[in-house]
Amino acid sequence: MKIRGAQILFECLKKEGVEVIFGYPGGAVLDIYHEMPRHNIRHILVRHEQGATHMADGYARATGRVGVCLVTSGPGATNTVTGIATANMDSVPMVVLTGQVPTALIGDDAFQEVDIIGITRPCTKHSYLVRDVNNLASVIKEAFYLARTGRPGPVVVDLPKDVIQAYADFKYPKKVDLPGYRPTVEAHSGQVKKAYQMLKKAKAPLIFAGGGIVISGSTEELVTLANLIQAPVTCSLMGLGGFPATVADKDGGRRPNPLFLGMLGMHGTYQANMAISHADVIFAVGVRFDDRVTGKISTFAPNARIAHVDVDPTSISKNVDVDVPIVGDCKNALQQMIEIARNEPIEGVGELRKGWLDEIAHWAEEHPLSYCRSQDVIKPQYVIEKIYELSGGEAIITTEVGQHQMWTAQFFRFHRPRGFLSSGGLGTMGYGFPAAIGAQVAYPDELVVDIAGDGSIQMNIQELCTAVCNKVPVKVAILNNHYLGLPRQWQELFYEKNYMGSDLEGSPDFVKLAEAYGAVGLRATRPEEVEPVLREAFSIKRPVLMDFHVAREEGVFPIVPPGKSITEMLLA
Amino acid sequence: MIITDGQRHTIGILVQNVPGVLARIVGLFSGRGYNIETVTAAETNEKGLTRITLVTTGDERVLSQIVKQLNKLVNIIKVYDFAETEFVDREMALIKVRAEQATRAEVLRIVDIFRAKVVDVSPHFYTLEVTGNEGKITAIMELLDQIGIVEIARTGKAALARSKKH
Repeated sequence: MKIRGAQILFECLKKEGVEVIFGYPGGAVLDIYHEMPRHNIRHILVRHEQGATHMADGYARATGRVGVCLVTSGPGATNTVTGIATANMDSVPMVVLTGQVPTALIGDDAFQEVDIIGITRPCTKHSYLVRDVNNLASVIKEAFYLARTGRPGPVVVDLPKDVIQAYADFKYPKKVDLPGYRPTVEAHSGQVKKAYQMLKKAKAPLIFAGGGIVISGSTEELVTLANLIQAPVTCSLMGLGGFPATVADKDGGRRPNPLFLGMLGMHGTYQANMAISHADVIFAVGVRFDDRVTGKISTFAPNARIAHVDVDPTSISKNVDVDVPIVGDCKNALQQMIEIARNEPIEGVGELRKGWLDEIAHWAEEHPLSYCRSQDVIKPQYVIEKIYELSGGEAIITTEVGQHQMWTAQFFRFHRPRGFLSSGGLGTMGYGFPAAIGAQVAYPDELVVDIAGDGSIQMNIQELCTAVCNKVPVKVAILNNHYLGLPRQWQELFYEKNYMGSDLEGSPDFVKLAEAYGAVGLRATRPEEVEPVLREAFSIKRPVLMDFHVAREEGVFPIVPPGKSITEMLLA
Repeated sequence: MIITDGQRHTIGILVQNVPGVLARIVGLFSGRGYNIETVTAAETNEKGLTRITLVTTGDERVLSQIVKQLNKLVNIIKVYDFAETEFVDREMALIKVRAEQATRAEVLRIVDIFRAKVVDVSPHFYTLEVTGNEGKITAIMELLDQIGIVEIARTGKAALARSKKH
């Protein structure tokens, strides 16, 4: 029996286990919306298509499943570009369904026509324009397969109106036929052995873990390996939570993980940046040596031989020359290495590592992460510490991009994967709030907090309406310093305190704004108000916007000035 | 990435002949700052498969990134760097050359020497077809330039490995 394209689409989505679509209707996709109520898939109506993409992204990062959004043609499609690029940089599995004008009109500059495939080609993993309804099912199958396998990423499927109106037999293909797509999952055992031999002989080994750990779900393997070889671990921003910053105590509490050095790079900890600069062997897993991590590339890790695991071969030896390249899934490579490490353990590893770990401990003592506490003004770091404390570190935290993001990375001690959602690669302001909504849709009973700045939150503030209307009880903590904090800090340090463009005086009253949207607004202007406000917010089962008036000119430290080596940190 | 070293490489790419595949390749090169000197593309004897020959410049790291980035494209089936294997390559050029009374004989002599062909004759011009490797095309162009090349259309290089099937 032939069914319509729109129905085929939903049958496919159900086969893929899709439970929620973040979307916004328009002329080109009304046939899909018309079909939607007949299927048991939740629709979250957003207020801007960019919000839909970040929600799908947040949902995907929090769950590991493919996030789905649906938008109309033309401006609906172009509004997804930032969200697609964000997901692409951070390897987030996502399928973006865009409406398109009827095939007969493509190329004629029809109303709301745009070549979204052309526009998004450089920032997607792959994309499809479906020209024939008979291909629709196999395209959807391939799109989900591509989005979630190998190095995950966003896939755009452009759906001309006549295609979703047309009729075809529905048969969901069992397999995909992609002769040009065969990601290497199984790491080469010889290379893994070589890497282990290198680590075995190392005097100052360091594991550098990234988002690949989180994506591949190999936290357990990473912990096992680090303990076996007693190697300290530092994480990229994307890797935070992939290696636990704290471990469970006997008395039920949590204490700092002695092997964890914190984040490295531009705003990394002193000990992490010193450790990577003094390490003789670096085992890099699921990272891509971003410039925010390496600083000046010619002086990065000068003494180290590097083994590097990544499922994406282009990440290897792209920025940093690697001695032992290992293409493969992080989990697979780690499992292989653990087996080797168990068969040929490092004799007396505890004793052997003492000197190196002591040296690192010394660095940590010398310059720990810190800030000047105050009785008079709210320090932004203090708010983050309190969110950590009151949530027991269990909250799902999202961030926007800027100072608050870096303070969160520094002061919230993430102990589980998929609990920290942040735009690392693209650095997208406006990401955190919709991402929090996406995560909260997936986990309605968990505490989800977007730690935001007063600049970033205004980039997708309209999604407050989405949170209220869909009863998504996200919490937003705005660290409000009336500045675009990071640009201001750079201007202070590197541009003669010329604060051109970074002063945000004149922002709205966020409490009133929350109330106007039907959410709860709370404000704290003094340090002693921080905890009561957070407690109240966390007890309310509705969206809450918290406005913390924080010290205006607080800086993020350490900071590696642009173009400098990562050992050249400004510490305060 | 800024390309500093100007080493030339010929890359063979076997792709699925689907809409947009060439745009993906060309976009990859422009987006990542790689150079394309020449590119040729046409369907092969196997239905649905197109072979692209692309000449680029770059040092070893750049070339290795180019090959890896190309391989990452979903519609690309195979990528091979001809630096690693012996290969034959040819290109074809159509050259419109001034051919007045005084120079016709000389043009025909050059055609003969280079085993080119005259494919079109008009009162003042000959259009020549010449096939060969890059060196040969360059050589005939240099000679004809002295007589007067009016315009030229080159196909760019097509290449195949000498030994086994790629």
